[in-house]
Order: sequence, then structure tokens, then C-alpha cells
Amino acid sequence: MIFYLARRLLGVVPVLILVALGSFLLVHLVPGDPAMVMLGSDATPQQIQALRTQMGLDRTLPEQFLIWMRQTLRGDLGESFFLGRPVTQALMERLPATMQLAVLSLFFSLLIGVPAGVLASVRQNSRWDQLVMVTAMGGISIPSFWLGLFLILVFSVRLGWLPSGGYVPIWEEFGPGLRVLILPAISLGFMQAALIARMTRSSMLDVLRQDYVRTAKAKGLGWWRVVLRHALKNAMIPVITTIGTAFGVLLGGAVIVEIVFTYPGLGRLVVLAVQRRDYPLVQGALLLTSVIYVAVNLAVDLLYSVFDPRIKYE
Amino acid sequence: MNETMPVLSSRVIRVRESPSWQFLRRLWGNHLAVTGFSLLLLILFAAVFAGVLSSYDPLTMIVADRMKSPSATHLMGTDNFGRDIFSRVLHGARLSLEVGAAVMLFTVGAGILFGLLAGYSPRLDGPVMRVMDAMMAFPAILFGIAIMAVLGPKTVNVVIALSVVYAPRTVRIVRASVLATKQLDYVEAVRAQAAGHLRILFRHILPNCLSPLVVQATFNFAYAVLAEASLSFVGAGAPPPTPSWGNILSEGRIYMQNAPWITIFPGVAIALTVLGLNLAGDGLRDILDPRMKT
Repeated sequence: MIFYLARRLLGVVPVLILVALGSFLLVHLVPGDPAMVMLGSDATPQQIQALRTQMGLDRTLPEQFLIWMRQTLRGDLGESFFLGRPVTQALMERLPATMQLAVLSLFFSLLIGVPAGVLASVRQNSRWDQLVMVTAMGGISIPSFWLGLFLILVFSVRLGWLPSGGYVPIWEEFGPGLRVLILPAISLGFMQAALIARMTRSSMLDVLRQDYVRTAKAKGLGWWRVVLRHALKNAMIPVITTIGTAFGVLLGGAVIVEIVFTYPGLGRLVVLAVQRRDYPLVQGALLLTSVIYVAVNLAVDLLYSVFDPRIKYE
Repeated sequence: MNETMPVLSSRVIRVRESPSWQFLRRLWGNHLAVTGFSLLLLILFAAVFAGVLSSYDPLTMIVADRMKSPSATHLMGTDNFGRDIFSRVLHGARLSLEVGAAVMLFTVGAGILFGLLAGYSPRLDGPVMRVMDAMMAFPAILFGIAIMAVLGPKTVNVVIALSVVYAPRTVRIVRASVLATKQLDYVEAVRAQAAGHLRILFRHILPNCLSPLVVQATFNFAYAVLAEASLSFVGAGAPPPTPSWGNILSEGRIYMQNAPWITIFPGVAIALTVLGLNLAGDGLRDILDPRMKT
């Protein structure tokens, strides 16, 4: 297990280096001079030269990358041009809000998706199955921001049940924090819930056909016990594989949903940064989220062993 | 395929079918695929004949007609500038379909090129796939927004950004089927006949990888339509006033309480298009890749 852990950790290193290289190169792909683009057309040559020096643009590309890498490893992602403060600081301030939205959405999508998928598979071709499959088909076709707008219209504007936006840290005040998150988490998580329901269903259908399930039934075990204890555990393996990917999608999708709900997370910061051509901030956000994604996927890989002891970590 | 002489059944004479004809017949028998492709044809029709179907220009602002609710003159109402929503939604279909189709072609192209290379050459497999892993580590929409920030708001750039975002998963799929296919005996047999690498790859391996690729291409189209709308929604897509479903929605957002039609119709258009593509993709998968049948 320890060897496996070490090997997996080492395997992540090249991906992380490539991710860093990608984030770094992105800014250097700017057609023309990034300094000129950032300062706009009315900047003086002196200002442009000063920014070029500050950004290290007068050095060679590999040199710039090494310098940038060294700073990044120390947690220094540079200075945001428009916020006038360190990128790391700005990102870390917003990260908790986005993380709690993404985590709650993931939780929501599993909570809805897995039972719906199990129900559909156990009652294959029934009304329930059709209902789940049609809803899931709708779920993977409806854009999150549109769903969000309508949830606001119905549950905030018309019914007045839930707030249409805002943010309360959930670890400070649980009740109000959760209330604010419900609508954003549903709009963000609905598509993943639909995907998980579809995947759970097809995986369950595979497993339910297998001999060991028949044996368990033949032993006289209760039907639901067979389904939940014997079949579901195996059927969850492909679903768990996708949790890491799902989390990445949620983290990215949060950008859009945050705009709809005026939610002060990374997404709104990034969109603002894009409008102001604040490249260090965009670069930092991209790097941060992808590192989180890699870490989550690593954790998910390691979680397999809990569900599937057949996977031997040699 | 029926290789025997034409057989006289009770009512029809069935002649030997070509594979493509057989494929079309199975497609026709699949309800998902038929519904999906019908929806897509309808939307394609609307996009192609946008200028004929609507008598209004999508960009013309008629101040006297601001925020009119749907009626016989304005089928989907008008927006805060008095522009006809129906016309804007139809023209938005053009942009969505163009971007979606272009992204589909580019991702399939990249999928074939890099997927064949990685799957066939053990030496290139590691490097190519690590790059793909790294690209997939960037959250899709955020990556798209970042690329748009760098390239600037142009429709071409939306296509570039989304192709970069969605190519890696296509590469993965092609690589996986190449890895499975190249183990098969017939490939060994062709190799024993001293066939060149290119011939083996394109004549003998690629055709066997097409089924999952076609299915994935359909889903890439769907992802691209959704992502294009998302990018325009946050202002990182095609620049206004070009009508795009995403930017019509985002402009209508603030008037949602009084003029919900501005946001309803482009949303329905996105959902129907993506639904059509998803249904078509599911149908194609049932037909082409029976192991994946759900």
C-alpha cells in the first residue's frame, strides 16, 4: 500500500509540471506583447517597459518559466494588476466559497443520482425507470445557468422560500449558510446527478445479471438486502471512478453558477479578471483549480481499495 | 449480411444489403436516434433559413417595440432594445451549430491523430497521454474562459478554445480502442504481410475504432453547444451584438421578472439542441457499440 501510494504520488508529478507549464504558457500565447495588451493602447513606452521588466518578459522563455516555477512553489503567484495585491491572497479568500459550493453540489448529485439509478435498474422498464431516464436526459441537456435563473424566479421571486444570492460561510453559521447554497448547488449539481443516475443504472443492470447476485437471492436473502449490500457495492465502482472527474466539472461549472447567484467565489473573480485582462489572476486560478482536481482524483483512486479489495496495490 | 441467393419470403424480396444501408435501417429502428436526429434536422432547418423564417433583422433595434411580450408580430417577444427574439434565437442557432460542428471536427481530427499515435507507438504513448492528462486537469469551462481571455473575443477563438478543452477525452477514447484493436489476430496477420505502419493504422486499425469515435463526436458537439452558451453567458464568447443563445440569455437576465421570454426561449433552444444531440448519441451508441448498451 505504501509503495502504491508513493508510486501514485510520483506519477502525479509529471502531470503537475505539465499543468504548471500549461498555465505559464497560456499567458505567453497572448498575440503580441502581454505587457502592451494588459496596459491598453494609451500606455506610454516607459510604462510598458516597466511592466515588461516586472513580469520578467525581457528574459528568455525557459528562464522565465524557471523563475515563475520557483515563485509558484513558494506559493507566490505574482501580483494581481487590478486588485493591487498578491494573487495567492485573492484566490485563497475566494476558494472556500467555491469549494463549499462544489462539495455540496457533488453531495447533492450523489444523493439524488445514486438512489434514482438504483430504483431505475431494479424496476427496469417500469414507469419509475422511464421517469428517471427521461428526467436524466433532461438533466444532461439543460444548461446550469438557465436552471439557476428559473430556480431563482420560482423559489426566490415568486415563492420567497430561498435567497437568490449572497454568501454565508457554512462553518460560521450552518443554517443560513446552507440556505444560501441550496439553489446554486441544485443548479450546479443537477447535470452531474443526471449523469450519475444514468451510470448507476447501467452499472447496476450489469451487476444484477451476475451469478453471485443470483446465488445471494437463492440463499433466501431479502431482495433489498441483495440489491443494497451485494449488488450496489460492486456497481458503485465505475461511479466512484467518475467522482473525481465530476468534481472537476463542478469546480469549472461553479464559475457560471456563481455569476447567476452573485456568489463571491473564484468564478466571479476569474470572470472579472478576464474582463480586465488580469493575466496573473487568470493563470493562478487555472493552476489552483487544476491542482485541486489532480489531488481529488488521486484521493478517489486511493479510495477504490475500500470498495474493491480486488485491486491489489503492488 | 445475407450472402445467399435472394430469398422469397411471404411478402418481400430482400436483396443483399450493403453495410451502410443496414446501418441506416437499424438507425431508423432506434427511437432515440430518430427523435434526436429529427430534432437536429429541425434546428438545422431553422438555422439555415433564419433569414426567411423571420421577417426581422436580429440586430435592428426598434425602440418603440421594447420588451414586447410574445405575440403574432413578435413570436418570442422583443428584448430591451426592441430586437426581435425569434430572429435572434434563429440566428443564434447558426452560431451554436457552426461552433458545435467545428469543435466536433477538430476534436475528432485531434482524436484520430494523437489517439492513433499514442495507441500504436509505445514510445509516444507516455508523453502524449501525460499531456492529455494535464489538459484534462484544467476544469473545462474555466480553461475555456482562460483561453478566451488570452485569444480575445472572436467566434474563431471560441472554436479553438473549446477544441483544446474537449480534444483530450476524444484522444483517450481513440487510444483505448487502438490498444484493444492492435492485439487482434488480423492486425498481426496484416503485419506479417509486411504492410507499412500507415497502411496498418489507417486501413486496418482506424475503421475498427470508428464506432466509439462517432458516438463521442456526437457528445462533443453537445458539450460544445453547452460550453459556447456558457462562455457567451459570462461574456467570454462571441462578441455582442452577434446573437448567441448565451448572450441573449445573459442580456435578458436582469429583466427576468418582467420579460421572462427573453431568457426562456434561448434556454429552450439550447436544451432542445443538446437534447437532440444526446438522444442521437445514445441511439448511435446502442447501434454501433452494443456492449455499451444501457
